[in-house]
Amino acid sequence: MNALFVITGLGIVSLLAEFGNLKRWLTAFVLVGLTAAVILAALDWNTTQRYFSDMLVFDNQALAFTALISISTILWFWLSVDYFATQTHRTDRTSLVIFAVVGSVIMASFNNMAMLFLGIEILSMSLYVLAGSRKDSLSSTEAAFKYFLMGSFATGFLLFGIALIYGATGSFHIHTIAQTIAANPAGLPTFFYAGVLLMLIGLAFKISAVPFHFWAPDVYSGSPTTVTAFMSTVVKVAAIGAFIRIFSSCFVAVESTWSLVLQVIMILTLVIPNITAVYQNNVKRMLAYSSVGHVGYILLAFVSSPTETGTIFYYLTTYSVSSLAAFSVLHLVEGNSEEITVDYFNGLFKKNSWLAVTITIALLSLAGIPPLAGFFGKYMVFAQAINHGYTSLVIVAVITSLIGVYYYFRIIIAMYFNESSAPSITLTASQKMLLFVLIALTFALGLFPDVIMTLFRA
Amino acid sequence: MLTLLLIFFPLVAALLLFVFKPQSAKSIALTAALLELVISLVVVVEFNKTGGPQFEVNIPWITSLGLNFSAAIDGISLLLVLLTTVLVPLIILSSFSKTYDKPSTFYGLILTMQMALIGVFVARDGLLFYLFWEVALIPIYFICLIWGGEDRGRITFKFFVYTLAGSLFMLVGLVYLYFQTPGTHTFDIQALYDAGRSLSSTEQSLIFWALFVAFAIKMPVFPFHTWQPDTYTVSPVQGTMLLSGIMLKMGIYGVIRWLIPVVPGGVAEWGLTAVIISVIGIIYASCIAIVQKDFKRLIAYSSIAHVGLISAGIFTLDAVGVQGAMIQMLSHGIIVFALFYIIEIIFDRTKTRALSELGGIRNAAPILTTVFVITMLGSVALPFTSGFVGEFLLINSLFQYKPALGAIAGVTIILGAVYMLRTFQKSMSGEANSRTASFIDLTGQEKLVLYPVVLLIIIIGIYPAPLLEISESAVNTLLQSISAVTASAN
Repeated sequence: MNALFVITGLGIVSLLAEFGNLKRWLTAFVLVGLTAAVILAALDWNTTQRYFSDMLVFDNQALAFTALISISTILWFWLSVDYFATQTHRTDRTSLVIFAVVGSVIMASFNNMAMLFLGIEILSMSLYVLAGSRKDSLSSTEAAFKYFLMGSFATGFLLFGIALIYGATGSFHIHTIAQTIAANPAGLPTFFYAGVLLMLIGLAFKISAVPFHFWAPDVYSGSPTTVTAFMSTVVKVAAIGAFIRIFSSCFVAVESTWSLVLQVIMILTLVIPNITAVYQNNVKRMLAYSSVGHVGYILLAFVSSPTETGTIFYYLTTYSVSSLAAFSVLHLVEGNSEEITVDYFNGLFKKNSWLAVTITIALLSLAGIPPLAGFFGKYMVFAQAINHGYTSLVIVAVITSLIGVYYYFRIIIAMYFNESSAPSITLTASQKMLLFVLIALTFALGLFPDVIMTLFRA
Repeated sequence: MLTLLLIFFPLVAALLLFVFKPQSAKSIALTAALLELVISLVVVVEFNKTGGPQFEVNIPWITSLGLNFSAAIDGISLLLVLLTTVLVPLIILSSFSKTYDKPSTFYGLILTMQMALIGVFVARDGLLFYLFWEVALIPIYFICLIWGGEDRGRITFKFFVYTLAGSLFMLVGLVYLYFQTPGTHTFDIQALYDAGRSLSSTEQSLIFWALFVAFAIKMPVFPFHTWQPDTYTVSPVQGTMLLSGIMLKMGIYGVIRWLIPVVPGGVAEWGLTAVIISVIGIIYASCIAIVQKDFKRLIAYSSIAHVGLISAGIFTLDAVGVQGAMIQMLSHGIIVFALFYIIEIIFDRTKTRALSELGGIRNAAPILTTVFVITMLGSVALPFTSGFVGEFLLINSLFQYKPALGAIAGVTIILGAVYMLRTFQKSMSGEANSRTASFIDLTGQEKLVLYPVVLLIIIIGIYPAPLLEISESAVNTLLQSISAVTASAN
């Protein structure tokens, strides 16, 4: 909770920084604040505190997600320094990002459906603006508009679902709803189950699961690359966090209602985006589809054992680090161009081996090649699924990850094999440092996954 | 401790390369590889021939996955470790006359590859074995992709996906076995052996195929070989040497260590099938080798034939056959290394690998010709060369197993002689042409690489006993442990 206070404070300070000449120090200040938030979350470990009449509960799961969100945001600020290097939009962009983080933390710690709704809306409102922040670009404006329309549509489903559940149980509190379910073994009114399914659909939009993913490729490719990086890491973590928070604790008691639906969604999410990604020539769209595909593996872990959230958390961590590394390189390679195709990577190894090696490691990790983090993420998901008797689904997932290898390697082959006449790229010391940190994290998470896995064993 | 040093010293050396200037990468890499050879020789001296797995390390690594860093060296491992540590310095030395772009990366990848190979040969934990197995693929893929020849993007990708697909089957098989182990599951080799042997025969058959496909692709055995000729041809020669000299032994080693003892029931049921497809592969590859026009491609196919014989010998589950396989792995490793190096030398001077454009080298380069003759005789298994010992034992065991199969496999010696002698005739003898007229004989550095190999071919051919003794007890232990199952199947 202390972390949430600090982050909210940061957001307000960012708004006020336009006064005086505080703008220059803003990014540094934000980084210090986010670091403090991570430390505060760590200090609260194992305490499980409840706030505001149980509206928010900071248990270990919430704290872990808070820390992951904050650390990802710190790394994200590092990679997108130039996004804030404007005279006119520095404070508003910073505050929008920080408020999106506030929304994310609420989504990871809510104990009340109203807070869930608030969190999602705080996050989404900021993102609608950020997606359109490249005002002179048509695709950026289009992305913002599409995102807004689809987001509102999803919110409609979510709200309707919440209302129906409230009607059936008389409460917004998750633990009260769980108690009501437990107290009525004969079953609740039919519209309760309809409410659960509506919420499932609303959240499926937010985590961009197939067939509710159509907004993702357009929004990801239209938004500025840095914002895309934010959406596919921090925002994705928050959305998954909210999803597993409500479905693994409360609705797990009515698993039979949604489990078949979710299995179908999961298989579609594994197969369709991974195949579609093969045909993309625009790298941002390819990564967007790949990001949707990764949701499939997370859902596989969730379907096979809804209460073992440690695997999902580890998967999200590895995915975030690898994605941040991939997007950093993408951002550095694209320069001022609007659309970045695979050709941009031609001969990158000769032009700048730092960039080439970083994105190679990131893509190998996303593809699930050992000994990188992504391999252990996938491995744990598969092992968990096999252990719970979902071997046939694992075979589907193994095949889709082989398809994944195909499109990730298109970029790798372009970098090492194709020739290019484009000028070489020079990096600043800070950029090199960032790439190094991301590579090191990708290796470290792979070699020592116990550091994270044991968090959830206590 | 010695085991850890053996595994990780090359990796440390690989990282060190990036600290120093790129120009010095060659010599640092060579020094490191020679030091690694010294370490392995220390292991040979300390090794107790009848002692089972030695130099054990067992460190808990990822407890949530049941993964321990568990490694040890027994006779079977030691011979392959020795092959790796002997060949890698030679491979590095063979590159000295060339200048590769980004040398630190190039030699770094070779040394990383060495780490992974040694890891594969000493791992005693199923998941650890799998990790090293996969890690070995990454450096060789990039060596071929970055420094390879024409159309390498497509060819190396085929190689990568092919082997990765095979390994994923293996992973599914290993994880399935893992969940059969009692209590809190473990990947420990003995636990996996016990788990595998307690399975029903249907399950054992399924696991057999999951693992066998991975190993068969790596070797490669017909019909899983289609990636191999292109990849060998397109790779830079050091890559080809790593692939054919050492990496394909990973597949054979996998069969000996992680297939036969894990699912002996499955092996008893499908062993004959495996022997038959191996023998088909021998004949098939030999016949294709006879009509090859490209020198390197020809040796690539001959490699498939030799590996087929080794694989057939192992699946006879006879001590003679497995021992023959061990010695033939070493022999094939050094011979194929020398052959690829000779091809590279010829290519450097004449800029062609087409046999029709060569000829007459014998007059200009007597030393090269002599070296080539000895290597070639080793390859066709002439007595008093290393090739003879292995092939004799392997064909002998096949005769014991099924005389008909032994007879068919014996034909390979003739076929091998056909394509190798044809190659000699086309390249070395005959009239010199404009390309070969001014051929320069071996340089000092080339002699330094090839003379030790020639010596090894002859020494192993005359006196193989010390090497056979190293692996004898390990092979016997392995076969005894499964004799109950295989006896009842026969």
